[in-house]
Amino acid sequence: MDVFLASIWEALKLIVSLDPEVLAITWLSLKVSGLAVVLATLVSIPLALFLALKKFPGRKVIINLVHTFMGLPPVVAGLIVYIILSRNGWLGGLDLLYTPMAMIIAQFIIVVPIITGVSLNAINSVEKTVKDTIVSLGATRWQKIVGIIREARRGIITAIVTGFGRAIAEVGAIIIVGGNIRFHTRALTTAIVLETRRGNFELAMALGIILIVLAFLINFALTAAQQRIKKR
Amino acid sequence: MKWVFVILLIVLVGCSSQPEVLRLATTTSTYDSGLLDYLLPDFEEQYGTTVQVISVGTGQAIKNGENGDVDVILVHAPSAELKFVEEGYGVNRVCVMYNDFIILGPEADPAGVKEKPIINALQRISMTSSPFVSRGDDSGTHKKEKKLWVEAELEPTGDWYNEVGAGMGDTLRIANDLEAYVLADRGTYLANKNNLDLVVLVEGDDSLLNPYGVIAVNPEKHSSVNDHGAEHFLEWLMSEETQNKIDAFRKNGEKLFNSLRGECTGG
Repeated sequence: MDVFLASIWEALKLIVSLDPEVLAITWLSLKVSGLAVVLATLVSIPLALFLALKKFPGRKVIINLVHTFMGLPPVVAGLIVYIILSRNGWLGGLDLLYTPMAMIIAQFIIVVPIITGVSLNAINSVEKTVKDTIVSLGATRWQKIVGIIREARRGIITAIVTGFGRAIAEVGAIIIVGGNIRFHTRALTTAIVLETRRGNFELAMALGIILIVLAFLINFALTAAQQRIKKR
Repeated sequence: MKWVFVILLIVLVGCSSQPEVLRLATTTSTYDSGLLDYLLPDFEEQYGTTVQVISVGTGQAIKNGENGDVDVILVHAPSAELKFVEEGYGVNRVCVMYNDFIILGPEADPAGVKEKPIINALQRISMTSSPFVSRGDDSGTHKKEKKLWVEAELEPTGDWYNEVGAGMGDTLRIANDLEAYVLADRGTYLANKNNLDLVVLVEGDDSLLNPYGVIAVNPEKHSSVNDHGAEHFLEWLMSEETQNKIDAFRKNGEKLFNSLRGECTGG
């Protein structure tokens, strides 16, 4: 049978049979990337607001750094986290290497610049007149920030979607810091690498199809949320 | 926002609780072939220990051991293994099993290496500038290949020599696409055989033996290692029962590994 047809068949079998190992792998992917994105969002949006609204020396350099690190190769992020979490590293005593937590940290590092950079553009594109109007209505500082986030919310959601897409598809970092350990740190992408190496192309493709379907569903949900916000 | 932190807390606590764990860094050939999935459940049951397998190249596995990130390593690179022990990173090296390396190439065999001795085969490939694909990743197989070129008194350079910096499976696929010669371990070749047009051209030479050694990480270097677990693991691996199971393991009907019962010969 054609590899593609065989893969689709394999994927359907895996999904319908609710294979417990595939479910655990899928859940780990969602958990790691989801948490990395939630944590990154909590850091990135205040950082983007700060960079957009506060004028200070060195601001341009920091913005340039954010844009540069948007292209950080995941393998490099993984290597950095490995060196820090390794027994010989600064945080070796925490015993975090080869755990899901290490994977979350690595993806957090990859995702923060992306969400910050894209949100920053969204906030910057809120028109100055809108900002001035918010202030002229006698808004306090907090009201001003909430008002700007509300104006930029569609771009901020795009930033989060982009960050999640990058995290869930990423393999270079989590295979180094997670180790692709069965029943412990194996995610969809690292399982795909393993099955490809093993020559099980159909199974690898089937896992790829599950990953794509998952990403589609999440994007669909987030886009729907975005549309609802637009109508309000 | 509160629920986010509650979920975070639950997940973080969930991530950190573990039963007794033994961490094993090993080369892709032992894990990807399915051998460890076949052997390890016995150990886990007998000792109540979960074995976490990290399957990487020999270079990375040895580095993981040096850094104390794993408790035991199972690799195939005799000289690097000896160095690992000599430098005090490892204790108790024993040889567990062996398989062998083979030279694969296109059926047309433009360099005419079929059934030639290995050194002569390499000389013919180099002389005819026939395409050759090298792992180029400092793995056990790459180290072996470099050693063989030295024995053939050749320095492989030129357009025909492609260092791809990839694992064995990927390297085989690249060699297949390039219709090139390649040195491979038999296990990975058999696992990928169905996707390959390459054929076995050179095999059975004594210098193509590929012994696998297992080494416990030295607890004096890294106090955090599970040295009891590692000791049990070595004992169990060398036991009559496990050695027999290694001989009995089949992949697609073919035998991949042969027991060695502690004798470190070959390589």
